[in-house]
Amino acid sequence: MSAGGWSRSHVEDRLFAVLRPVLILALLLVSLFPFYYMVLLSFRPLEGVLQNPGSLWVSPADMDLSTYSDVLKSVDDGGQDFLNFIKNSMLVALGTMVLALLVAVPGAYAVSRLEFFGRNQISALFLAVYFFPSILLAVPLFVFYTRIGLRGSLVGLLIVYVAQVAAVSIYMLRNYFDTIPASLEEAAAIDGCNRLQAMWHISLPLALPAIVSNALFVFMIAWNEFLFALLFLVERRENWTVSLGLSQLAGSIEVPTTVLMAGSVILTLPIIVLFFIGEKWLTGGLTAGAEKG
Amino acid sequence: MTASPSQAPVADQPAEPQPGRRRTPRGSRSTRAKQDARTGLALITPTFVIVLVMVVLPILWTISLAFQSVRLLNLRTVSLFGDYSFDNFSNVLTSDGFIGALVTTLVYSVGGTACAIALGLVAALALRKPFKGRGLVRAVLLLPYVAPVVAAAFVWSTLLNPQYGLVNNWGENLLGWDDPIAFLSSRSDTLSVLGLDLGVPTALLTVIAFEAWRSFPFAFLFLTARIEAIPGTYEEAAVLDGATASQRFRHIILPQLAPTIAVLSVLRFIWTFNNFDDIYLLTGGGAGTEVVSVRVFRYLTARGDIGAAAAQALVLAAILAVVVTLYLKFFGRREEQA
Repeated sequence: MSAGGWSRSHVEDRLFAVLRPVLILALLLVSLFPFYYMVLLSFRPLEGVLQNPGSLWVSPADMDLSTYSDVLKSVDDGGQDFLNFIKNSMLVALGTMVLALLVAVPGAYAVSRLEFFGRNQISALFLAVYFFPSILLAVPLFVFYTRIGLRGSLVGLLIVYVAQVAAVSIYMLRNYFDTIPASLEEAAAIDGCNRLQAMWHISLPLALPAIVSNALFVFMIAWNEFLFALLFLVERRENWTVSLGLSQLAGSIEVPTTVLMAGSVILTLPIIVLFFIGEKWLTGGLTAGAEKG
Repeated sequence: MTASPSQAPVADQPAEPQPGRRRTPRGSRSTRAKQDARTGLALITPTFVIVLVMVVLPILWTISLAFQSVRLLNLRTVSLFGDYSFDNFSNVLTSDGFIGALVTTLVYSVGGTACAIALGLVAALALRKPFKGRGLVRAVLLLPYVAPVVAAAFVWSTLLNPQYGLVNNWGENLLGWDDPIAFLSSRSDTLSVLGLDLGVPTALLTVIAFEAWRSFPFAFLFLTARIEAIPGTYEEAAVLDGATASQRFRHIILPQLAPTIAVLSVLRFIWTFNNFDDIYLLTGGGAGTEVVSVRVFRYLTARGDIGAAAAQALVLAAILAVVVTLYLKFFGRREEQA
């Protein structure tokens, strides 16, 4: 080897060539391990976990799937009622998604395309909502809901979610509408379409990828949300969401950890599935959004 | 979907509509503008009303509540025209633990933000060169950020459990720890490094680590997008000039990333500063991890002292606004100099 081969540059290049795969593996391990452990524990029998907490494997013979039926069954059948929690979470998340899109899509279109009084102020307000501390909002909403008797109801929770995500959705969707050339709609207007028809027939179909990925985003936010569910629903077990149910049961000693791990898998799985679906929509949508003559 | 192909060809014939536009008198242009303005207002109204009723008015109401003596018990008798005073603020500011909670909140936010951005930067740099399966690796690294916080916190607290947690089990068997570490319930431990005994706030460091784990993907995503936009010619020129990899990072990549890192710092700081879920779920605010938002929650629900809860939430928001404003001013000035 020549003397130049051991220059600083060469040493660094070698070092980083070794370091890079090590770092990538470490990052993958750190990101994935808790999820692996979650799934693993949901299959392991409780005694096994208590006797040997460090084990990273469960043999197929020892595999215990009863945790899942235990966590899903209703309380009357000796379970933890997660099937009911899933129903509640679905109701709130799907309802939030539909309502938020119903108000946000036209709103985003208006902010992007139409000149109206107070347009800039309104979009600044919507952006600010994104940064409002939710704990600041928790106090008055808790008081308000207690006073009008809406605390404990899923509909009340849903309205709060819609208010919080609609503003963010408008902000995200507006950016996408901005990329759709206005010339397409102007042509339609000359053909005799009014604004709403032009929006419906031209811009909305083109914005569909953004709308779908936004819908997934809203669903995920509503499904994962914890603070407001805790504030409003904690006294009404039959209305608990999956997140709230898991957090409340995690504190009790009566429910085995392995059963709650099955609950964690049930809480996490839909989000991971949606995330991988949404990734495709997002990248596909961004390339499809480019102007084509 | 089906409408767009049939309508699209219209865009290719600009010649035909041109005379039509010329024939329209000036007046109809402004009619169209007026119509647009009306349609715009109509389309934005539903969102605006929801945000007004469910966000803006409640925030204003918080301000009103913070100056009144309101408890959950006397809630029904409170009106907008009650007795206003500064009592809540003076009680809250002098109460046990509020200043401590503020300091904890600051340490938690700065520590969590810094660690998350550092980790995100390492990840973005490590995944810079394309390789087979890079797309999948990137997606997997985002999982801590998208996963439900309740599930993530539950797995972490199980992993760190002193009795049956994997971390303590491995620590005792493989690393020779004398005793299990109560990661989430120990206020402080002594750590011996090179013969020095250091006091370490165990639980606080653990929740900071959790915050870093959960939000590094966000920084990773932003930084990756920025790195990919750096023109390759900069670095090619530097290589020709004999710059080593670390020099190229220090003098080319880092300056290009600085504005993104600055924005990330603000965003992450704001969100961590207000964060309630993570600490409530991991420690419940015990063992020296009580941040202000957890304290607000405790005053609101366990104590039912709405006035004090509102006052603390307002102080939290005000401090946040001040810190962010100062940061933006300071950073804006540095940008001008550069």
